[in-house]
Amino acid sequence: MKKIQILGTGCAKCQKLAENTKEAADNLGLEYEMEKITDIKEIMQFGVMTTPGMAVDGKVLVTGKVPVVADIEKLLR
Amino acid sequence: MNWKREWQPLSLILAVFVSLYFLPVDWLQQSQLVENALWEALHLARWYAREHVLLCLVPAFFIAGAVGVFVSQAAVMKYLGPKANKVVAYGVASVSGTVLAVCSCTILPLFAGIYRMGAGLGPACAFLYSGPAINILAIVLTANVLGTEMGVARAVGAILFSIIIGLAMHFFFRKEELEKIEAAGAMPEPEVARPLWQNSLYFASMVGILVFANWGQSQSETGLWHAIYAAKWPITGFFALALALFLGLWFRVSRLKLLLAALPVVVLALAVPQHPALAFIAGTLGLSLLTATDKDESGELQEWFDTSWDFAKKILPLLFYGVLIAGALLGRPGHEALIPSSWISGLVGGNSLQANLFASVAGAFMYFATLTEVPILQGLIGAGMGKGPALALLLAGPALSLPNMLVIRSVMGTKKTVVFVLLVMGMATISGLLYGAFF
Repeated sequence: MKKIQILGTGCAKCQKLAENTKEAADNLGLEYEMEKITDIKEIMQFGVMTTPGMAVDGKVLVTGKVPVVADIEKLLR
Repeated sequence: MNWKREWQPLSLILAVFVSLYFLPVDWLQQSQLVENALWEALHLARWYAREHVLLCLVPAFFIAGAVGVFVSQAAVMKYLGPKANKVVAYGVASVSGTVLAVCSCTILPLFAGIYRMGAGLGPACAFLYSGPAINILAIVLTANVLGTEMGVARAVGAILFSIIIGLAMHFFFRKEELEKIEAAGAMPEPEVARPLWQNSLYFASMVGILVFANWGQSQSETGLWHAIYAAKWPITGFFALALALFLGLWFRVSRLKLLLAALPVVVLALAVPQHPALAFIAGTLGLSLLTATDKDESGELQEWFDTSWDFAKKILPLLFYGVLIAGALLGRPGHEALIPSSWISGLVGGNSLQANLFASVAGAFMYFATLTEVPILQGLIGAGMGKGPALALLLAGPALSLPNMLVIRSVMGTKKTVVFVLLVMGMATISGLLYGAFF
């Protein structure tokens, strides 16, 4: 069970990242739960300045960009 | 009931209810005000559609998209990190809004990041003040609609006073030590795809297209400005050619595709030179197709198109409503709509301290959706607002609003937020007074 967290205050890019990540995770057939973190202070706790960001099990894997689905699959593996 | 969350819809409902309750319908019906307002809204919307969308907004979207994709945020943030030179940090913070703040939703996280993990309170406040005012779309639209003078004053005022505000914040709270978050510096490594000079030329070609396609007719029939105006389309064409060249050389666009995209532009430019907009549209379509269907494995051109399209999708509706509302309330310059011009000129006409202060305070609390401050300001100026107060509103308006004050407060606490808000109001008032006195 992986815990995927999407970090972003809710702009279009963050939603795109959430969609792409969901697609990638589903493609891989992962068991996961996804959480969106919109509170700035919580996002800061991850050490992320450039949103959107993505963290898996507390480890930040993506900051400041929206990777394509294939790239996210590589990251999630 | 969760008051923290529900106060927004509640206050909205209350406001609508109260205004409907006291709505002077009979009086409005007699006075023809509503009818005027409707026509003014449509007139203004048509004017924007004709004058500002094609030549100004469309290229600006492409440039903003390119900034989002090709300018590395990480490269800029290097100068705002915890180890950054403090003097450099203020300078960078004050101007980096141009490349970091293309989307207003990124400003607050960056502000919080610079404050908690990076260069600290002063640079963070400088960034927060200037960021919304100097992003590319805001400057372009301000200069295009309200005049070059106002566009330049807005950018210069924002940059200068952001440094003063940053330094003042740092001075007031210099005793406070902030526990920095240890996680500092989770920044993606800057990916260097092409050298800086290539990127600079690529941006210069696009800015050239934007500037010269919008070159306004000057008063006199002679002189340099008129000569440029007379030759604006050949010059624009030259920059477009340069852009095509760069795309072919550095972005691996195939020559054949480039030629196919350029062909309709050349044909239209030569066949119907009296309608340069046709060639411009063909060029825009060509560029869109080239970038949107690019098959290169890096996907950067496609990303460029996607980002530009994202901006267009997000900003156009906001601007559309903004223009309609500004038209209905304030009318075109010289025409009266719902709000009587005498009120406006009474409150914010001229260049008195009172007018500037009122504009700053109102602007600080009011929420402007991205770029809508421009049509609203245009309406206000047309209804008699002075130039000084207009600048004050432009500076205080987008930097602060009631909702984002609450977020800022959650990041740096009540005391600092209050001081920051007061500083913004004060600096915006002073900029307005200065600008109004000189122009």
